[in-house]
Amino acid sequence: MSDCLQARGLRFSHGSRALIDDVSLSLQPGEMVALIGPNGAGKSTLLRLLTGFLMPESGQCWLGDRPLNDWPREPLAQRRAVMRQQNSVSFPLPAADVVAMGRAPWPASQSKTVIDEVMHLTGSLELAKRDYRSLSGGEQQRVQLARVLAQLWHDDGPRGWLFLDEPTSALDLFWQQHSLRLLHRLTRNGRFSVCTVLHDLNLASLWSDRVLLLHQGKLVAEGAPQEVMNEDTLTRWYQAELDVVIKEGKGRPQIQLRA
Amino acid sequence: MTNTSVLRWLCLMGISMVMCMLLAANFGAMPLSMRTLWRAPFSDMTWQIWINIRLPRVLLAVLLGMALAVSGAVMQGLFRNPLADPGLLGISSGAGLAVALSIIIPLGLPPLLALWLPSIAAFIGSLVVTLLIFSFSRMALGNLSRLLLVGIAINALCGAAVGVLSWLSNDQQLRQLALWGMGSLSAAQWPSLAVCAVLILPALMAIQLRARRLNLLQLGEEDAHYMGIDVKRTQRQLLVLSALLVGTAVAVSGIIGFVGLVVPHLMRFCLGSDHRWMLPGSALAGAILLLLADTLARTVVVPAEMPVGLLTSLLGGPWFLWLILRQPRGMNE
Repeated sequence: MSDCLQARGLRFSHGSRALIDDVSLSLQPGEMVALIGPNGAGKSTLLRLLTGFLMPESGQCWLGDRPLNDWPREPLAQRRAVMRQQNSVSFPLPAADVVAMGRAPWPASQSKTVIDEVMHLTGSLELAKRDYRSLSGGEQQRVQLARVLAQLWHDDGPRGWLFLDEPTSALDLFWQQHSLRLLHRLTRNGRFSVCTVLHDLNLASLWSDRVLLLHQGKLVAEGAPQEVMNEDTLTRWYQAELDVVIKEGKGRPQIQLRA
Repeated sequence: MTNTSVLRWLCLMGISMVMCMLLAANFGAMPLSMRTLWRAPFSDMTWQIWINIRLPRVLLAVLLGMALAVSGAVMQGLFRNPLADPGLLGISSGAGLAVALSIIIPLGLPPLLALWLPSIAAFIGSLVVTLLIFSFSRMALGNLSRLLLVGIAINALCGAAVGVLSWLSNDQQLRQLALWGMGSLSAAQWPSLAVCAVLILPALMAIQLRARRLNLLQLGEEDAHYMGIDVKRTQRQLLVLSALLVGTAVAVSGIIGFVGLVVPHLMRFCLGSDHRWMLPGSALAGAILLLLADTLARTVVVPAEMPVGLLTSLLGGPWFLWLILRQPRGMNE
């Protein structure tokens, strides 16, 4: 359909090592997808291929009805945003200005209300006046989340594709829950999709509609959390000893490491 | 800081700049007050001095102050590094070497072209060094101390090359080189001023139009790309524009250090880091600073004149030291 992201046969290598090896996937509108996999599986590289920062050696990405490379810059920036693992800024900059940068592809008229709204949603309103550099890692992540939401905010809320690389890595329990609940809720409007790299499998299991498991550049498992997150699959690809627990009635598997 | 208070600052600086210009035009080996000028007939010598000596000099100080400060601000923004400065990175000395070459190598150009030659040479020199440094900074060598070391090496090399050139030159060329090399605005005359204005003003305007994009680059190249910026193109354009500013300034006045380092810092402190405000602020403050320094340089040791480059270095050196000592430790890694 017109609001679907599709990747076919993506390949990317560094030297003689294949980082991404024949990956095909799709992302439906209104879907929240978690990208998981052991260290060095190629999750960040795959994200950069899907977002158009890197060009695949073969294969192609389609965003909606045209190839990713054919999108003009501004319309693409209004539909696709990316939150990376780390951002550093060299000069004093209030957090609100960082969020306002997300409005770069938009005319200035309504930006103020959008900025206020996304900062409110992400709980970063209280950080607005503080220097971004003085914020803790977790606070910076909340501000960055507000920025990428601001970038995709259309008249009727967020639209398009949001890619995140470990958006919760520095967040405490409250903000992990807050941010992922927020993203999950926003995707329910049916026009907004989220694809996020998550290291914490329990978080991935709780909030994603679909899980993609990447291992050495290959997509080795794909499906609902209940399908992918079982002992066999996880032990096989992560090589860790673990138990998978499903609380009765809830249906979402939770992973526990064995001591 | 709100936009209205930033605007107020900019207006205030604009007014101070005009007042400084009027005052500076009156100071000199021969004080000319506005009242004397008012009373004198237009054909009087006092007017001749004011129009042909004072006014071009004051305007040149304003133009070059703007050029140096804005080029510094752009370099710091592009390198995302508060210590980037055309002088420290060796860009000014690259331009200097090119100008020295253009003085020594006989080309026998017609007078009109000869007027433009130093500027063109300096532009090419500064552009070459800028591109070199920038490609260094994008490689793994991008950390601060390496970058400054590269700047030191380039400064040393260019300095040595200029030395060799002056050794090779004849008496007249040597004199020209020495005068130019001291960093002074004494070359101010209407023709050279016109060349400067034609190069500097459009470059300043073009940079201002890219202020928003320069802001977005502060989050890093990858994020700027995701926000819809053509990163490579913007960087290339800004590098060429700031090389043009530095080159033009060096061509007329020799190397005047530290204006490009000090002024953007002050402006970030007063106006914040938003380049849409910080760039015009730097232009105004740079103009004021160079104007004051030049007026001081040509009045303290009357009837002689002190090279203004000496003064700015006296002012900027300690500032630079303070900046380095104040850097958080993590910056160098």
